[in-house]
Amino acid sequence: MPALEDYKGQTPAWCPGCGNFGILKAFKDAVVEFGIEPHQLTIVSGIGQAGKIPHYLRCNTFNGLHGRTLPVATGIRLANHEMLVVAVAGDGDCYGEGGNHLIHAIRRNINIKLFVHDNQIYGLTKGQASPTSMEGMVTKNQPFGAFSEQLNPIALAVALDCSFVARSFSGDTEHLKGIIKEAIRHKGFSIVDILQPCVTFNKINTYEWYKQRVYHIESEYEPENRIEAFKKAMEWGDRIPIGIIYRNQRAILEERIPIIKDSPLVKHAIDISMVEETLKEFY
Amino acid sequence: MDYSIKIGGEAGQGIQTIGDTLTKVFSRAGYYVFTHQDYESRIRGGHNFFQIRFSDKPVMASRKKIDILVALDKDSILLHEKELSENSFIIYDSSKLKQRYEDPRFLDIPFVSMAIEYGGGKIMSNTVATGTVLGMLGMKLDILHEIVKDTFKRKGEDIIKANINSAVAGHNFAVKSCMKCSFDIISSQQQSKILINGIEAIGLGSIASGCKFYSAYPMTPSTGIMNYIAGKGKEYGIIVEQAEDEIAAINMALGASFAGVRAMTGTSGGGFALMVEGLSLSGMTETPIVIALGQRPGPATGFPTRTEQAELQFAVYTAHGEFPRIIFAPGTPEQVFYLTSKAFDMAEKYQVPAIILFDQYLADSEWTFDSFNLKKLVYNDYRLRGENFRNLKEYRRHEFTPSGISPLGVPGDSQHLVVTDSDEHDEEGHIVEDADTRIKMVQKRLLKKLPLIREDIEPPFLFGDAKPEIVLTGWGSTYGIMKEAVDALSGNKSIAMLHFSEVFPFPSIKKFDYLNLLDNAKLTVCIENNATGQFARLMRAETGYEFKNKINKYDGRPFLFEELISQINNKI
Repeated sequence: MPALEDYKGQTPAWCPGCGNFGILKAFKDAVVEFGIEPHQLTIVSGIGQAGKIPHYLRCNTFNGLHGRTLPVATGIRLANHEMLVVAVAGDGDCYGEGGNHLIHAIRRNINIKLFVHDNQIYGLTKGQASPTSMEGMVTKNQPFGAFSEQLNPIALAVALDCSFVARSFSGDTEHLKGIIKEAIRHKGFSIVDILQPCVTFNKINTYEWYKQRVYHIESEYEPENRIEAFKKAMEWGDRIPIGIIYRNQRAILEERIPIIKDSPLVKHAIDISMVEETLKEFY
Repeated sequence: MDYSIKIGGEAGQGIQTIGDTLTKVFSRAGYYVFTHQDYESRIRGGHNFFQIRFSDKPVMASRKKIDILVALDKDSILLHEKELSENSFIIYDSSKLKQRYEDPRFLDIPFVSMAIEYGGGKIMSNTVATGTVLGMLGMKLDILHEIVKDTFKRKGEDIIKANINSAVAGHNFAVKSCMKCSFDIISSQQQSKILINGIEAIGLGSIASGCKFYSAYPMTPSTGIMNYIAGKGKEYGIIVEQAEDEIAAINMALGASFAGVRAMTGTSGGGFALMVEGLSLSGMTETPIVIALGQRPGPATGFPTRTEQAELQFAVYTAHGEFPRIIFAPGTPEQVFYLTSKAFDMAEKYQVPAIILFDQYLADSEWTFDSFNLKKLVYNDYRLRGENFRNLKEYRRHEFTPSGISPLGVPGDSQHLVVTDSDEHDEEGHIVEDADTRIKMVQKRLLKKLPLIREDIEPPFLFGDAKPEIVLTGWGSTYGIMKEAVDALSGNKSIAMLHFSEVFPFPSIKKFDYLNLLDNAKLTVCIENNATGQFARLMRAETGYEFKNKINKYDGRPFLFEELISQINNKI
């Protein structure tokens, strides 16, 4: 069984009090409780403060380009579907630069776990509006306030019939750990939008701001109902629901590819002498 | 014996069917065949043609002079009449073109009414035309019968019979009416040949290299690779994923490669522009990848279905930062086949991106070969897997080694972790900022590997006079036309061709001092299908050698034999 110590990585270079610490802790606890060994897990991350998380852990890692986590994760999962593949990105990374990839990863329903560190601001580039910044937020680059409507990633995912859609809050690590475990347990593409304060650049959406608003979704709520899920997804403002918002049991991509029914692609033997037969087709 | 047949018409009229069938007949009969196609970026209409040259001797380029023109529309006659000689013929159906021509070289053949009478419907008129051409050439229909049976075996006996009856009707008509046809067909004693185009050769080459994963976004002229590999996916166990864009395509392939399988993507210039960021990622993370880059005329969308060699410099210099890359520019489908295998081998051996640079002309042109030597294929698994990885005492993905090549472990096969980063990283693969590690990493990833890679690059191929006075130089798809030009001019001239199919890193002169050969020649000409002479410029940058004479063609069409010969003669 893995211990917390097995997941100890570099010392984080995040700002003191950063919302990312809560995510790091909840993630470590979740995978250890789940009994996943570091070598059974690959994290694909992008660029931004979220992208650094695999360096602060110990596991197989592909820290790729900004916005491109999901295509890399897709390639890894298709080549080896026995590997737990986790994609980690920020709101700019996943909803801005990588928006197109998100739409199509959800459509494919490949069994990847996507954790979005959503702090509603660009941190690494020092404080520009992100796709989830609230309309009107004034920044150095948006002196008249952000004009674009705030992206609702939860509603987007529900609209795309995403297999697992949840929201959590890094200030509530017990809840977050539970959601991470649920996402890993679920078979299908899973997105968890994690509200996470940026203590340096986002002076609006602070710990206090979130704490006053987030509430645990009622135990009687049924996430299998898509219409109800839409209603839940639309809630934002004075009350922000956290928990599993939508879930379905669509078949995953890996199971629909007959070639890898019996074993993962990476385990297949290579026999190039087969080409002798194929060459005959050209005569 | 050396004849050219052109089939012209609108897209959707069946040019491809007639062309493919005739080509197959000639190749199975043991003749050497070369075909090239010209089509517009549309599904219906426009003007398109399929040109077939066949001979009892090897042929590798198209001639301008046409012996038989199958005109499925009026435009074909307007546009190609001038390509005919006195002994050439145009066959057409006046009921379809709504016009009769009085010129004795025009043979009015009722394709449509014969199709209705003998084949049971207008749809058979292409088969009538195919039979007619074979009749004019004085060839028998036995091979065509075999091909018809193969093609329509799933559609049943009735369809096969209708096709055969239509072909026979066309054939009989030609034999009766084409009294002046004086085609001198030497009956071939040879074995049937391999008939393959550049695209199929890339597909075949990649499945013969252990490629397990292909992700791409459709784009002419590379789409055929995805079609071919997808068709073989089940048999060979290859996953083909159509990505949402080229950025995703290259990143998926990199992910699959990181996870331990050989992976490839394919595109054209515009798509490659989107992949450039991923190319750099391959360089930084030392993740092997093979990219098939099919050139077409740009800039921007350019001529989507035509040909040009204008992405050499793009392939050589694009992407941010400095890292090694390997670029192949095969000239024939046979070279494509072997060099695809070499691209996979070198990409994995050195953990770098390898690019196969081709163009629409090479992609679509069909060539014949007596055979392929499968022993020339290389397959070495350079990855650290299974027990070998499990039993290793310690492991660092980007370990400093004397060769610069670090162990490429398969994640999950061992307790050791495989870590890599697009940021500068340490030996383990974790993000760093310090200058010392940076210097060592650049040395490892780039400076140490580069000379080793260059050692594996083969020098250009010399054909013709060993001490030539005239040297024609080129790269990629001009191989065939240059070789034919050398053949044609070598009777009374000291001439040779220098063809580069491995273009980057630029080949050294250790194995063959081609610079000395060029220095000793009286006339050297660099022949390129682009406007500025990109290869000539690369050569000058890499070797200091400057071509004083260039022949450039940039109308989106390939060089044709007669025009190239006259341009070369102008330089002499």
